[in-house]
Amino acid sequence: MEIKIVKQILEWNEDVSKQVADLLSEKKVCLINVMGSPGAGKTSLITDIINRLRDTFRIGVIEGDIAGQIDADRIDKMGIPVVQLQTDGACHIEAMSIQHMLSYFNLDEIDVLFVENIGNLVCPAEFNIGEDMRIAILSVPEGDDKVEKYPLMFATTDALIMNKYDMLPYFEFDDARVERNVLDLNGKAKVFRVSTKTGEGAASFVAWLSDRIAAKIKV
Amino acid sequence: MHELAITEGIIEAAVPEAERHGAEKILEIRLKIGELSGVLPECIQEYFNIASRGTIAEGARLSVEKIPITIHCNRCGYDGEIPKRKIHCPECGSAEIKLMSGREYYVDSLEVE
Repeated sequence: MEIKIVKQILEWNEDVSKQVADLLSEKKVCLINVMGSPGAGKTSLITDIINRLRDTFRIGVIEGDIAGQIDADRIDKMGIPVVQLQTDGACHIEAMSIQHMLSYFNLDEIDVLFVENIGNLVCPAEFNIGEDMRIAILSVPEGDDKVEKYPLMFATTDALIMNKYDMLPYFEFDDARVERNVLDLNGKAKVFRVSTKTGEGAASFVAWLSDRIAAKIKV
Repeated sequence: MHELAITEGIIEAAVPEAERHGAEKILEIRLKIGELSGVLPECIQEYFNIASRGTIAEGARLSVEKIPITIHCNRCGYDGEIPKRKIHCPECGSAEIKLMSGREYYVDSLEVE
């Protein structure tokens, strides 16, 4: 006997993702999902954004890691509200975890909430977490073939940050190829060349980000 | 690791539905998976074989129908299929497109006895 069911496998995640997005719209909080490999510079990018935007917006951070809380400690030292989310082995963050973590923040006093996703180019892209935008980071030492190898992450991102751009002379990394491949997958993506170490390129990225955040939270 | 979450999702979708229909055993679970979703069916079957132990889905075969990526172009009105590598309108080149299919991941039907 055949039974027709037509049931989304990740339906629970999509449902909760929508609830998170609705709550954050009501509270006028912009949720930003930051994704990239381990070591690409996710935490450094977030701390750099905090330094540049902390006088403009009230910022909070959810730090996702498989184990430990090194990154959360780094943010906490800056005096920014931060919650560590330990996935205990899982390769991604689900909307349910974000929904739970939101209760640790006073959302009336937050304008923008960054989620640092698990370092991984594959799984996090599959799970919406109620975000307003996605930022993908690819660092020069990782190689210029990653967009072709991990298309979903780059097809769904709003911005691609090519980080460690100051390392370009030392690696076989064709940044034009990366940009071309991202735009082929995702014509709406904005591409930025940044070094979180030297600060190169960060100002134009943060200006773009600031406009996007302001558009979301404006009264 | 998220293949395990997905496998558990498949079992959660299929088993209660089969039981509701009075089935004793699930023989086959038919999935529809969009070309843009990054899950390998081969991995899923392996995880499934373990995760389904002791349920009426134990031993079931997973079959997969791939769903192509289709778009609607907001600029020129093109409707149709596009390749995975170039998510643009093939007619006018616009990126102002709406993804109509390609990210699905669902259980379509079951074969039970």
